[in-house]
Parts: sequence; structure tokens; C-alpha cells
Amino acid sequence: MRRAFAAVFVALVLPSAAGAQPGVGVKAKTGKGLYAAFCLSCHGVDGRGVSSTSHPPGVLDLRGLGPPLKRVGALAADFYLTTGYMPLADPYHQPRHTKSPFDNREIAALVAYVASLGKGPAVPRPQPQQGDLSRGLSLFTEHCAGCHQVVAEGGYVTNAVAPPLHQATPVQIAEAVRIGPYLMPRFPASQITDAQLNSIIAYVLWAKHPDDPGGWSIGRIGPVPEGLVAWLIAATALVACCLVIGRRYQQ
Amino acid sequence: MVRRAVEGTEEPVVIRGLVRFLDERSGTAPFLKKALRYAFPDNWSFLLGEVALYAFVILVGTGIYLTLFFEPSTASTYYTGHYLPLRGHEMSVAYRSAVDLSFKVRAGLLMRQTHHWAADVFVASIVLHMLRIFFTGAFRKPRDLTYYLGLTMLILALLEGYLGYSLVDDLLSGMGLAIGYSVLMSIPVVGGNLALLLWGAPFPGKPDFESRMYVAHVFLFPILIATLLGLHLFLVAARHHTQFRESRRTTEKKVVGVPTFPGQAPRSLGLFFAVAAVLFLLGGLVQINPIWLWGPYHVAAGTNGAQPDWYLGWLIGALRLVPNFDVTIGHYTLVPNPFWGGALFPLLVFLFLYLSPWLERRLTGEYGFRNMLDRPRDAPWRTALGVALFTWVFIIFLAGASDRVFVSFGVSYEAQIWAYRVLVFVAPVVALLVTRKLCFALQQSERLGRIRKQAEAEARGELPQPE
Repeated sequence: MRRAFAAVFVALVLPSAAGAQPGVGVKAKTGKGLYAAFCLSCHGVDGRGVSSTSHPPGVLDLRGLGPPLKRVGALAADFYLTTGYMPLADPYHQPRHTKSPFDNREIAALVAYVASLGKGPAVPRPQPQQGDLSRGLSLFTEHCAGCHQVVAEGGYVTNAVAPPLHQATPVQIAEAVRIGPYLMPRFPASQITDAQLNSIIAYVLWAKHPDDPGGWSIGRIGPVPEGLVAWLIAATALVACCLVIGRRYQQ
Repeated sequence: MVRRAVEGTEEPVVIRGLVRFLDERSGTAPFLKKALRYAFPDNWSFLLGEVALYAFVILVGTGIYLTLFFEPSTASTYYTGHYLPLRGHEMSVAYRSAVDLSFKVRAGLLMRQTHHWAADVFVASIVLHMLRIFFTGAFRKPRDLTYYLGLTMLILALLEGYLGYSLVDDLLSGMGLAIGYSVLMSIPVVGGNLALLLWGAPFPGKPDFESRMYVAHVFLFPILIATLLGLHLFLVAARHHTQFRESRRTTEKKVVGVPTFPGQAPRSLGLFFAVAAVLFLLGGLVQINPIWLWGPYHVAAGTNGAQPDWYLGWLIGALRLVPNFDVTIGHYTLVPNPFWGGALFPLLVFLFLYLSPWLERRLTGEYGFRNMLDRPRDAPWRTALGVALFTWVFIIFLAGASDRVFVSFGVSYEAQIWAYRVLVFVAPVVALLVTRKLCFALQQSERLGRIRKQAEAEARGELPQPE
């Protein structure tokens, strides 16, 4: 509701921005409109960005602090939009994986528009089926597990959450590795090659539903849920046995 | 001399035959007769210690099975088994053998998981047993020695569990050992040398360290625990069980209870089966420490959210809550930070527990034998102090899981840590005051109930019952 209101507001107040620069293709036309409505207040006109020193109060008092989008390319736009990381309610908050308010057609239009702003990387096409699961575990432990936990269940890092990767698609994983969203470091191809990336993605996909023995997996994060089971199931059951076998205190 | 009133002392023929058989060959009939007629005061909370005993039996049994397949060696090898994510990984022989015994050995995984669940439940039941002993005042003379042995077994169980967690050489093992190493190093003056003595070299230490842990885990500590357990049970029997003041028949000099046979022994056997059933069910149905998911340990490797088993969670919590400061003299660090949470904190907790019998004697001036148990309300100060201590430890224990609470429920980590830092001071005081008040209120309501009953009896014209 609030976002719809913001869209109307921007459309009314900034008609010049929405109507400027004609002739960038059919997709970008709607993309440009969506951009003006949802992105412009932080990322500025034509993706020039809004620096922190000169930012004007944006829509609904949001402070525009968005980085320039001139050369981020389709890759970053696709990542931030398909994960629902953008649009962000408050530029000071960590973006979280949510359902995007845009449908696939709108996302494609926005991605095409952002890509048209400058020369940037295209949406990657990872091939996890060409990756190697075992290499994937090694690489994931080396580069990713320190924050995302070794079975990709997520974890705490200073002032942020390294999210669990249950919902991540292969393309999103490949994009995140190259971009380094929020506090995550960037890994250019000189550090993680495309072939290695395929293995990492293969491992993350496998880690969503590891095919392993042992029974009910209770979260795959180790001792905390194990302790809960030990106390709430085992110890509780055994205390109940004692209560059944032994006599209660009688005055 | 304690007299024993035993209900239902007629033993069946089978027992008589068995006793005769043994007596003719060993001359132990007097002892056996005594043992069979030993009176067990009947209360459910007296069975908690037996749960710990039976968890220990399961631990030894499953542990023996595991030693047949586990190879305690840090020699380097490569995994070539069927589990794809580990194929071709370089790892220690110890880790590979633990993975193989989980995947290839018949009942290997069942035994490993049951062993680990049994360890978690073993310590849990010791803690419950200890709480019962503490809050009923069963640690008083002449049973203070029994209590000290119990506390020592708790410490040994914590160390034994930590060794088991560390032996496997998976990612969590290595990270846990790195913390243990740092805490040991942090002990003022002697810490560095102690750590080098145990590890043989700076972390991760010499290969001998693995065999040292192994010998300690499968031989030294189990033997020590078993010995102390024997002494503990001997002392329990020698000074006899305590009992609640439930009827006029129970006094300081007379124990009322059920005999070993046919009363206590079959029930106890039933409890053993219950413990075994719960542990083996968990071992077969619920995954615990899936080491194949963690992968092997390498010094540079790590995972977010690594945690110790629950019974060391209080120490991780303490390490997190202590603000970042060291005690330094010039350039020399006298007390490095991990000392406060990792060493001083457990030292204080156990010091309080060890000193409790002595402290209580000094504070109450009661130096005599105490064979009758208090209900928690009967000793408001002891109960209140105990609740305050365990609240303190529990708050710190909770802080150990704050990162998982943040990831799972989104409660800000920093806010949690600061809340806990305030709570560690506030909660014990509140717990102390509330508990004390509650004890007095319970006493009061009982007294009023008695007076009312008496008044009603008098109103009906009955003679007041002598109390």
C-alpha cells in the first residue's frame, strides 16, 4: 500500500523524470517508468546515484543513499530484484530475501533498463551440473562456510546476518559471488573461476536437501538443537519414567 | 546405629536358592542378605541418579563397540568411499574412520549416535540429580563426601564429553579444540606451558595429542568415573539413603522404604530398560553430530555457528558476555581475556558447589548428622541461594546460543548480548528474593492449613491430635 502510494507520488511530482530520454526500446520504456517510481529516489536520475553528502530527502522522507547504477549491468539488477532485496524500505537496513513486489515481466523490464544505463556484466549462466560436489564442499568451506555455515544454514556476522541459502537459485548464487551484496566480499573470476563457481553452486543445491543417513536432521546446525532434543525429549521422558516408577511426596 | 524397617521381607525361593549357591562357594550370604534387604526410601527424585548410572552403562557399552572401528591417528589420508561430497578430500585417519564407521560398519551409526545422545543425557541427568541433592539438603554431613565425589564425576563427565567431541577431528572438533587451547593458554603465568605440555607443540599440536586424547577418553576418564562411581555408591549404602519426613515412622534413626528385592531391583531394571530405549530410539531416529556434513578439520577452515555440546554451552556463553579486556603489566599480558569466561567462571561455580556443605554448617551452626531431607521450602536461604546461582549459570548458558537465536528469530545479536550482560547481575538477585519469599509463603500457608484443620477438629468435639 505504502509502496503503491509512493509510486503515485513520484509519478505526480516527477513527471519530467519519467518522460525524459525517449527511444530506449520497448522493455526499457516500462522499465524506465518502474525505475522512476521505485528506484530513482535513492539511485538518482539515470542511475547516477545519490551521494551521501548531497542527498535530498527522497520519497516519504527516505534519504537517498543509493550507489550509482551506471555500470552494474544486468547481473546486479537481476540479483537485487529477483531476491526481493530491492526495493529496500530503509537504505540503512540489511536487505533480506523476500518475495519481490514485481512480477517477472516487470523485473525483466527493470533489468533491461538498468543494463541500458551503461556497459556492465550480463546475467551469468552457471552450469551446476558440470560442477563437482566434492570440490564444491572444499571451496564452500574455504570461501563461504565462515559466514554462511558449512551446510549453508546461515549465521551471525558482526552487525549483519549471513543468510541461509535455502532459497537461493543457481543464478542468484553466481551473481552474489560476483557482486558481494551488503557485507559479503566480492569474488572476481581471478579468485573463484566460473568452473569453481559451478562446483560451489552444485554443493549449495545439494546442501538444501542433503541425502544422508541418521534420521531426523533437526536443522543441521549441530549442538544447539541437539541440546534441545536431549533436554526436551530425552531428559523429559526419563523424568516422566521416574515419576511413574517412584512415589510422589506425601504429607 | 541405624535400624531398618523393611516392608515385605519374604524372598522367593529362587533368590534363596541363588544365595545358597553363592554362599556355599564364597561365604557371602550375610552380605547378600543385607544387600537384598537394604531399604530404599521411595521417592521419584531418588531415581535421577540411577538414570545417570544407566546412561553411563550405555556409554561404556556403545563406546566399546566404537573403539573396535575408530582409529585415533592424525596421519593424512584421502576419502575414497561412497559419500560423494567427501570424495577425494584430504583428511586424518581419525576422521575417515569415524565417517566409515558411520556409513560402512553394521550398526556403526546407530552406536555412534546413541553414544553421543547418551553423553548428552548422562550430563543432563547428573545435573538433575545434583539439583535434587542440593535443594533437599542431602549434601549435609555425613553425606558431604558422597556429594564431593558426585561433583568431581560431573567435572570428569564434562571433560570426557569434550574429549569425545574433539577426538573425531571433524570441523567442529578442531574449532572446539582451538577454543580449549586458548582458554588453557589464558591461565595466568602457567597457561602457556600447560598448553604446550598437553598439545606437545603450538596448536594444532603434535600427532601425539590425538593419541593422548584417545587414551584419556577411552581409558583414563572412564576408569576414573567408574572408580568414583563405585565409591559414590558404596558411600550411599554405607551411610544409607536420606528420606523425607513424610510420616511419623521416618526419623533420623530409622529408614522406611522398599527392600532391594522384590521392591527396588525390578523397578530399577525397568528404569534401565527405559533409559536404553530412549537413547537407542534417539540414536536410530534423530541425527546427532553428522560429521560428514561438517567435513574434516584443517587449521585454516572454519564454519559459522560452531557450538559445543550443550553441557559446555555455559562456557561459550561466558566467553561471549565478558567484555573485551586483558590485565597487562607493561607489555606483559598477565591475564588474557578468555580466562574470565573460560576458566574463572566455572571455577567459581564449582567452588560454590564444593563449599556448600561447609558454608551451610558455618552459617547454620548445625554440625550434627542430618539424615532427614528438607523440602526446598524448609530451608529458604539455601533454596534461594541455589536458585540464584543456577539462574546465573542458566542466563549465561542461554547467551551461548545467542547467534542461533539471531539467525532463527531475528532478535538483534547486540541487543541480546547487552540484555544478558544486565541480566547476569539482575536475574540472580530477583531470583533470590522471589524464591525466599515463595518459600516463606508456602510455609505460612501450610501452617495456616494445619491450624484450620485443628480448629475444625476441635469444633467437631474431637481431641486435638498430638503433632
